[in-house]
Amino acid sequence: MSFLSISQVSKSFGGLPAVDCVSLDVPRGEFFSLLGPSGCGKTTLLRMIAGFETPDSGAIAIDGETMNSVPPHLRPTNMVFQSYAIFPHLNVFDNIAYGLRKLKLPKDALRTRIEAMLATVRLEGLGMRAAGQLSGGQRQRVALARALVREPKILLLDEPLGALDKRLREAMQLELRALQRKVGITFVLVTHDQEEALSLSDRVAVMEKGKILQVASPRALYERPVSRAVADFIGEINFFHATVRAIDGETATVNAGLLGIITLPRANLAPGIKMDDHILLAIRPEHVGFADRGVAGDIAAATFLGERSHFHVRIAGRSDPVAVSGNAPLTGPVHLVFPPERLMGLPSDG
Amino acid sequence: MKNRALFAYAFAYLAFLYVPVLVLPVFSFNNSEFIAFPLSGFTTRWYAGLASDTAMQHALGNSLKVGLVTALLSTMLGLTAAKAVTHYRLKGAGAALGFISLPLFIPDIVLGISLLLLLGALGLPLSLAAVVLGHMLVCVPFSLTVLIARFEGFDRNLEEASADLGENGWMTFWRVTFPLMLPGIVASLLLTFITSFDEFLVAYFLSGTEATLPIYIWGQLRFPERLPMVLALGAIILTVSVGLVVLAEYVRNLGVKKPMVGA
Repeated sequence: MSFLSISQVSKSFGGLPAVDCVSLDVPRGEFFSLLGPSGCGKTTLLRMIAGFETPDSGAIAIDGETMNSVPPHLRPTNMVFQSYAIFPHLNVFDNIAYGLRKLKLPKDALRTRIEAMLATVRLEGLGMRAAGQLSGGQRQRVALARALVREPKILLLDEPLGALDKRLREAMQLELRALQRKVGITFVLVTHDQEEALSLSDRVAVMEKGKILQVASPRALYERPVSRAVADFIGEINFFHATVRAIDGETATVNAGLLGIITLPRANLAPGIKMDDHILLAIRPEHVGFADRGVAGDIAAATFLGERSHFHVRIAGRSDPVAVSGNAPLTGPVHLVFPPERLMGLPSDG
Repeated sequence: MKNRALFAYAFAYLAFLYVPVLVLPVFSFNNSEFIAFPLSGFTTRWYAGLASDTAMQHALGNSLKVGLVTALLSTMLGLTAAKAVTHYRLKGAGAALGFISLPLFIPDIVLGISLLLLLGALGLPLSLAAVVLGHMLVCVPFSLTVLIARFEGFDRNLEEASADLGENGWMTFWRVTFPLMLPGIVASLLLTFITSFDEFLVAYFLSGTEATLPIYIWGQLRFPERLPMVLALGAIILTVSVGLVVLAEYVRNLGVKKPMVGA
């Protein structure tokens, strides 16, 4: 059994399924993210790990111990709330010391431990600061420190960067990642921000409508999505309808209509795709190339972004423009090439 | 011109509110048994008389006892009800709130007579305990109103955070809920105490032989020569009441200025 084991957990609210038969395994020390749009069940799943919600069925185990009947205050988890939930009547020191009461540490030992934690989250010298006088970034650090000082087996983070402005959020992402490496605690993060999930995590579970669509490393999610929903959710992507004509050995041949007959590596097809299946060929904007010959099109819109620009290219016989990221003059007729090794075959129903 | 008219209006309004009240302290220092102008000299003998009036002191003691017990019980009930209504989605919460608040709209005299009849029918004696029960009917709605307002600004995540940090429900109440609710609790205690302390009609019907202070004062009005002493007593009660209300408001606002939510 892995460190955090979630097996066939379901939870519904008033008859509406919020989490639908989810199974997950997270090894010790991993930075794991639950990624999905709001209402996909990711926060409910997190709250079930913390014990604030009880699964209707299924089991959650941490480090080999079943948690189903363990109340939140006895679980080896700690949480960073979306609102941070800093106790407004306590100063920074007392907020961080809140969860250490039962250890009955002597005053000096307590002080040493809190000071060390303040240093870890870079809040040195702010121990006596009142909760009401903290900035957003500082509140986030206090929430982190308060949870980490208890040395939980798993730290749960509910959209911890959502309330911060863009620049602070980016700085905190780097810090959070470094912090996780330093303390070595298993982190489970909930976010709707795909960039955040990809940049922070060792692995990401993409959720939609209470189900897990795919669990993989950020790179694998980006390069090898297993369904249209995952491909769509992680970054921008173009889809083309195609039909599988032949599968032999290491390659597969598909008829992609506008793009012609294409032979691509068989590994680029999602598992389960067979001969004669109607599929979607997916390609990222940065993998579409400009060339002298290829599929003819016209630039419908272009956004200059510096080193690379972003284009919408209209091609004959297709209503949606093709998104392309690359270097080209910002207007005029162009030819596009679609390198076969960059085309991914996905089931058309997904 | 317009400003002057407004100023005069405001002044007249305040005079209308407070001149009758000021009559009390003014005549309580007047050296005459007759309550009439012109004033005939300064004296503190009415206040001195109070100090030796044991019946009055007994009534005062009764009122303090009834007020304290009523305030504590009403606030405890109000606190639990307010927490239930604001924290959980309860079926019939609206109806329950309506029923709890209803005694506020029943005339006290009707309330007093009904309670008197009820006690008689049940064969229970008239007593200060009966007065406490009657006062609670009137005080719980006040307590509930004050505390619900306070709970509404309360971030539920704070209690979850406490549980997450290893505290059970009871310790969470003492370490998080209670301190954050304290200004509301103090305001509720003061408000319900004053309401009970000043209440006459329900106490009149239910107190039996043990007079509370308002009943004692009512009894004194039959003796014209004792009227100045009643005025002195009234002046003292007035001063203390105003002091308590001001204190309650001050404490309530103390908490409001601090942010109540965790965000």
